Amino acid sequence: MRDKVAPGLGPCKEQRIFRPLRALSLCVFLALLSLVAAGCGQQPPSGGGESAAGETTGGATGGTTAETTAQAPFRPEEGSLIVYSGREEALVGDVIEQFEEESGVDVQVRYGDTAELGATILEEGQNSPADVFFAQDPGALGAVADAGALRELPQGILDRVPERFRSPDSNWVGTSGRARVVAYNTEAVSEEDLPDSILDFTDPKWRGRIGWAPTNGSFQAFVTALRKIEGEAVAREWLQGIQENEPLAYPDNTATLEAVASGEVEVGFVNHYYLYRALDEQGEGFGARNYHFPRGDVGNLVIVAGAGILNTADNPEAAESFVEYLLSEEAQQYFADETFEYPMIEGVQTPEELPPLSEIEAPNVHLGDLDDLQGTLELLRRTGVL
Amino acid sequence: MLSPLATLAGRLRGARASRKRPPALVWLPAAVVAAAAVLPLAYLALRASGAGREEILALVLDGSTLAVLGRSTLLAAVVTAASVAIAVPLAWLTARSDLPGRRAWAVLAALPLVIPSYVGGFVLVSMLGPRGLLQGFLEPIGVERLPSIYGLPGAALALTLFAYPYVFLTVRGALRGMDPALEEAAKGLGSGRWAAFFRVTLPQLRPAIVAGALLVALYTLSDFGAVSLLQFDSFSAEIYVQYRSAFDRTPAAILALMLVCLVAVVFVLEMGTRGRAGYGQNGARHTAPVALGRWRWPALAFCGTVVLLALILPVGVLVFWLLRGLASGEQLSFVWQSAWNSVYVSGLAAAVAVLAALPVAVLAVRFPGKMASLTERATYVGFALPGIVLALSLVFFGSNYAPALYQTLFLLIFAYVVHFLPLAVGAIRASLLQAKPSIEEAARGLGRGPAGVLATVTVPLARSGLVAGAALVFLTTMKELPATLLLSPTEFGTLATEVWNATSGAFFAQAAAPALLLILVSAPPLYLLTIRERTK
Repeated sequence: MRDKVAPGLGPCKEQRIFRPLRALSLCVFLALLSLVAAGCGQQPPSGGGESAAGETTGGATGGTTAETTAQAPFRPEEGSLIVYSGREEALVGDVIEQFEEESGVDVQVRYGDTAELGATILEEGQNSPADVFFAQDPGALGAVADAGALRELPQGILDRVPERFRSPDSNWVGTSGRARVVAYNTEAVSEEDLPDSILDFTDPKWRGRIGWAPTNGSFQAFVTALRKIEGEAVAREWLQGIQENEPLAYPDNTATLEAVASGEVEVGFVNHYYLYRALDEQGEGFGARNYHFPRGDVGNLVIVAGAGILNTADNPEAAESFVEYLLSEEAQQYFADETFEYPMIEGVQTPEELPPLSEIEAPNVHLGDLDDLQGTLELLRRTGVL
Repeated sequence: MLSPLATLAGRLRGARASRKRPPALVWLPAAVVAAAAVLPLAYLALRASGAGREEILALVLDGSTLAVLGRSTLLAAVVTAASVAIAVPLAWLTARSDLPGRRAWAVLAALPLVIPSYVGGFVLVSMLGPRGLLQGFLEPIGVERLPSIYGLPGAALALTLFAYPYVFLTVRGALRGMDPALEEAAKGLGSGRWAAFFRVTLPQLRPAIVAGALLVALYTLSDFGAVSLLQFDSFSAEIYVQYRSAFDRTPAAILALMLVCLVAVVFVLEMGTRGRAGYGQNGARHTAPVALGRWRWPALAFCGTVVLLALILPVGVLVFWLLRGLASGEQLSFVWQSAWNSVYVSGLAAAVAVLAALPVAVLAVRFPGKMASLTERATYVGFALPGIVLALSLVFFGSNYAPALYQTLFLLIFAYVVHFLPLAVGAIRASLLQAKPSIEEAARGLGRGPAGVLATVTVPLARSGLVAGAALVFLTTMKELPATLLLSPTEFGTLATEVWNATSGAFFAQAAAPALLLILVSAPPLYLLTIRERTK
């Protein structure tokens, strides 16, 4: 109340003269701090953590200490490697660490979305700091390869992988596989109710019961395979038929599978391994299971994650040994046991709960032939799916 | 009865900045900042120029593209209106009333801003989805399925809940910086509390409300995470599809330029509502809070409902994920380094953004004109673009023209500032509008140079805006993802990248821990900011 008639320039104003100076000096201090910090950024990026990492690698390997314990350079020099990984750290982090320990090569990984990292490599052009592109799907590898950014892999690496799981131009290889499946809600549907072919989901009885992820790369690879194997007309009819059944469109496999498990939809078109992660974390009570079609149906398509080496790689030898390691028995066994993916090489035991690749009758398609993504997108647009 | 009040309001509007040439100290830095801010446009123009005229026309005039653009505009309008309706009362209650625990409410009400939209969207679906947690609670009473939240209603709800703090913080800053004398005068002239609020307080708040609303509208247009989870087909989703599925940067650039054109239209609309009013006053001073009386309980219920929906329920779902994961023996690794990295880069970004925004805001408010408004609008470009577009533009410029800075903290902070600059510009502008230019002129008259006036008069007058702007930039940077993933130094993890790493692979428990940490570590800086406010 007493303030009511106080004029604006009351006695308190004089005291405030000193505050502004303080405020200004704070601003200037922060500005200087930011400049200094930005300057430091060009050296070890994450402060102490970086040099500590350098020391541990040096200590563990002994032999290569000369290079690794130097001053932990920001730009990789000999014995270090930059990997752009579109595969999550939770899936591949341990494998990469194991490689570092065995080879003594210091691997720095930039994790991100596969497609966004692909676009990054294209924007970087000749100045890309990346040595290896480790991608979630062949589409991104193909796009980067088409721009001439990938180098040819040595025959020794290529030969480890079946021909259909690697690039026809020899510049990328599959590193682990995943099968397309139908996830079904165990309360709403029993396995006998499910059709023999993915083409049969256009039956009106599935109206309102289907979930899918049309923007997902694996789904789009499936549509490309469908066009290749069954022809454009069948693919278009199938998409239209599913559209008429009013599917719910989820952004990715994870969201689709969660929706199937909760009963929001009864079936979902996803990749096989999301189920195993969900069972791990949410227990056997998880409401969804996988279904594989019989007789080599196109709905059983097997797609791979893969890796390629960039033309601009500073250290192609280390990059080659990295890709070679991904195809080693040790790494392949890890993918089978821990991420429930299919190995690319012979002689790896898959875990019990995972039906082996030989039992799934996958259609025989070369993934390198599935490069007409543009045509698939156009079809998805024309049918109103996208 | 109202006529003296009307005269008072009229005289307020008369307080207009006089036209004069800005000193180099103001226009030079403002011009540099604006030039940096339009860098992404140069990139888009370059990429779009790769297309032939026919391709451009086909894309721009495509019926379905235009329909999606229309839907996005509708969504932005709904979200903006809803955000203003929620945020203005919240801001007034926490700034001017005797609401119990109002500083705590202020912090809680601002926190939803740090929840990344892809987490918020996921949480909302698992809560309110047709077979979500809520349905689970209702199942005993026979609810088999909730109505679908997908599409416009769900997307609008998600974006409103996680974007209203843009209006809340801006308006609250303006309320704190407002001279209560006018409201008191209105009451002295016999108008009731409500009339005084609507005829005097609200008009004074208009610049802040418009500034906040503009941010919400632009955020809605550029968001991708929430809309895709809630199955709303938005324009930014179209742009992402181009990048993610087609690996084709040319159509993506053309679409992004269309988005920029839409934003230009929004600016024209905003100019209309913003008006020319400047509300010069003698500055804020401590004033007794308005007693709510029996309105206290509805007010508490209102604050409680908003905080429950936007903060407590999402936190609850995250805690549920965490506990479920721990129960099934999930191994969790806390990465404290990431928490520190998040706070560090967000703090730096906030400081640099406020410094960069100050000359732009001073130019826009004190030296109005074509150049000033062009400069100010230029700073909004980065905020209106989807994160991936901005990130790729700096990938292009950084790797090709400044390789020594590429993937260093310097370029990362630069990206954050270009991205979030308008958050600071809007807040500072709103608070400068409240300060009478005559005080600065008096200081000039008393012999201070431009730098002295800026430092000793303008900055203190705009302090509430500086604080609000810093808070907005800080919170928004905490959750930033696309630029952080592509432009940070290699292996520089933040909480946002940790969360993303885990959610993209369906590791819910591992996503929950850093997401909760993100909210927790954002709270103390916010609390400190509200304490500083009080030392006026």
